[in-house]
Amino acid sequence: MKNISWKLAASVLVILAAVIYTIPTFVQGVWPYKKINLGLDLQGGMHLVLEVEAEKAVESSLERIAQDLRMTLRKDQIPATGLDQMEGGKISVRIQGRDQIDKFDKILNDSYKELRIVSRNVENDVLTVSFDLPDKEADHIRRMAVEQALETIRNRIDQFGVSEPDIRQEGDNRLLIQLPGVKDTQRAKDLIGKTALLEFKLVDENHDVNAALKGVVPPGSEVLYEVREDPQTRRTTKTPYLLIKRPVLTGAYLTDAKVQIDSQYNEPYVAIKFDKKGAQIFEKITEENVKKRLAIVLDNKVYSAPVIQEKISGGEARITGRFTPEEARDLAIVLRAGALPAPVKVLEERTVGPSLGTDSIHKGLLAGLIGSGLIILFMFFYYRGSGLIADVALLFNIVMIFGGLAMFQATLTMPGIAGIILTIGMAVDANVLIFERIREELRLGKSLRAAVDAGFHMATWTILDANITTLIAGLVLFQFGTGPVKGFAVTLSLGVVSSVFTALVLTRVIFDFFIVQRKIKRLSI
Amino acid sequence: MEFIKPNTNFDFVGKRKIAYGVSISLILLSIFSLVFHGGPKYGIDFAGGTIIQVKFPTSVVTENIKSGLAGMGLVNTTIQTFGDPREFEYLIRTDKPVQTTDTFSQQVKNSIKQATGTEPDIRRIEMVGPQVGKDLQEKALFAIYYSMLFIAIYISGRFDFRWIACAVIAAALMGSVYLLSQWHISMAILTAIALIITLVLFWILNLKYAMGAIVALIHDVVITVGCFSLFGKEFSLPIIAAVLSIMGYSLNDTIIVYDRIRENLHKYPKNTLGITINRSVNETLSRTILTSGLTLLAVVSLFIFGGGIIHDFALAMLVGIVVGTYSSIYVASPILMAWQDAGKKK
Repeated sequence: MKNISWKLAASVLVILAAVIYTIPTFVQGVWPYKKINLGLDLQGGMHLVLEVEAEKAVESSLERIAQDLRMTLRKDQIPATGLDQMEGGKISVRIQGRDQIDKFDKILNDSYKELRIVSRNVENDVLTVSFDLPDKEADHIRRMAVEQALETIRNRIDQFGVSEPDIRQEGDNRLLIQLPGVKDTQRAKDLIGKTALLEFKLVDENHDVNAALKGVVPPGSEVLYEVREDPQTRRTTKTPYLLIKRPVLTGAYLTDAKVQIDSQYNEPYVAIKFDKKGAQIFEKITEENVKKRLAIVLDNKVYSAPVIQEKISGGEARITGRFTPEEARDLAIVLRAGALPAPVKVLEERTVGPSLGTDSIHKGLLAGLIGSGLIILFMFFYYRGSGLIADVALLFNIVMIFGGLAMFQATLTMPGIAGIILTIGMAVDANVLIFERIREELRLGKSLRAAVDAGFHMATWTILDANITTLIAGLVLFQFGTGPVKGFAVTLSLGVVSSVFTALVLTRVIFDFFIVQRKIKRLSI
Repeated sequence: MEFIKPNTNFDFVGKRKIAYGVSISLILLSIFSLVFHGGPKYGIDFAGGTIIQVKFPTSVVTENIKSGLAGMGLVNTTIQTFGDPREFEYLIRTDKPVQTTDTFSQQVKNSIKQATGTEPDIRRIEMVGPQVGKDLQEKALFAIYYSMLFIAIYISGRFDFRWIACAVIAAALMGSVYLLSQWHISMAILTAIALIITLVLFWILNLKYAMGAIVALIHDVVITVGCFSLFGKEFSLPIIAAVLSIMGYSLNDTIIVYDRIRENLHKYPKNTLGITINRSVNETLSRTILTSGLTLLAVVSLFIFGGGIIHDFALAMLVGIVVGTYSSIYVASPILMAWQDAGKKK
């Protein structure tokens, strides 16, 4: 019986594989070590969709170029106005005097080839040029911003310590972040969402901060605040600072950041270390600005603005700010991982506590056990011996779904469990089809062997057709779905494939065994 | 054991006018309910918003939860009991996507504790921004439309043997959907247009089986959606998953009948279409009832024991399976007669 033997071999192989892949989920540390991942809805955790505001990265790069241009013009003593303000993603500059215009044009053409001139007109010897970045360059910056944000967030999460995080890009500028099992979700979110742009800015001591607060901000300067909360009285105080806009040093030069405890006040602070170039810049700035104040700014918030007492060499500094130990630790992590190239916005957030997940598993299991128990009993009463064969097939079916989930490293979600329960119902369908057909053939007076043959033969295409359409729905769902729904698509598709296999191959082997080997005369169906 | 005796001979085809009447009134009722309620009631997945699931150790007054949340600036909340009322679990919903910065969940916990006197366990917080909600809506409609299209192609290929005609239709439809989507027409209208074009094309090209299957599918989906609208249930992502699997399931039944029709057309070429269809539906009746019953067993157990999260999903499946079984007996097959009926009138 050649026919039986390949079916037998296939059945044994598939079931063996399914069992082997199922074991590691229930027993720790067994080969092949692939476990079924539980979805966030079952084990608790956090699901975030972030949008990288990539446009901001383009703007800040244009701003940097404008600042640079301003410095160059100042050095060449060309008076220019307008370089501070950005309007609609463009920067306009006004230059007065024919000589100055010629000089300016030369600089613009020689050193700022990357800028795109949007409009240019001369009126009464006043030149107005507005420029932005060419589309290709802007696109590149946007793409890089998203990529870099992804990398940075991955670094931060790795250091925060989450097992098996899933972080990936979705669409042009969205990031999908899944953190299973995270308990302190708020902290995790703050850690991820912080831009962490560290800047050192000199305090503008030539102008009055109070005048600036009334609206007269000198060009090239800005007002930023230091916000402090008194832990005892819960009152916040805001101290304004007038700072020179252009940072003298940024966090890009950091090599390390770690938490240390101040021995005097017993308060944690973050010790940062610059790389060689950063250390040189830091030394130069501190040397040139002794007795002036240098503000440490993180995400446009002033943390402290100490007076520079003397030249600091060695490239080390500290950030203080009445941190709790957790705050200090998280700040060190974000500083080490680097700044996000652009701010991010939370578009979607789903947090599930671990207790709810456990509940869901229990309820899903209960529903599954009761449902399949009823079906198994029914099949036995309705089809007797053949029903028992279908029941055996059903059990293997479930094992195969679990094995498949582990093998493909798929994620089991609550709708996924529903999918399994549903396939239990659908799996018996194939057997019902075959059995009804066999009954029909028997009624026509065919011999046992012929009836079984015809039953399987006639039902095969019907089963395939019926299941392929369900598979189509499952695959489309997999393509379009996210999270829990994807989990449902996976179990549904796996269930369809395995139920076809058990119905057409496995049950056939068992039938053939009884008919050919045991030579039974009467089929219990 | 047998429920349905062999050689039953119910006249399904003869009663098709009644069945059409029932189906059309159900569909009209669904559409009416949808229009009356101003479209489906979207959950936060599609509408955007925030839900917070809380559990208390003892019974609390829901009004207190509401006032507590109002105290921290969360106004316009709706609160419903979640799952078993003896478990004191509630679902709080606001239409606004709250940017849950800093210590949001702690704040919620404290406010509720102050107002009710019992400390809640915050079990779930979900926030979906409006943009994401809109994207998900489009994705869901696309998913439903494309599954229908692919399924139709498969069926007309397998049953009408017109793979090429179908592939051409599919390519043309996908192309036009893509082009139309560039014009930012609302996805719902777009899908409706695409479906109508699909049906018209099937009718003109005489793709009977594909047409029957698609009509049955639309029938099932509309009635299920209508039922949800009538009961005031919300649409969420899992419900879309349920709708798609209903489509797969209902088709399962339809195909099995079609298969038998095809077989009987070969076996008894002299019989009229009506007799063949009747015979086929009757021959497969035992299986149809049995499988639907068994799947219903599984779904009912999911509905009763599966817990709050999966409750609505199971309800959608429940409705869908019943409607799907009905449609494969009374809608999908009799509609094959439509060509014949249309021919007679001429």
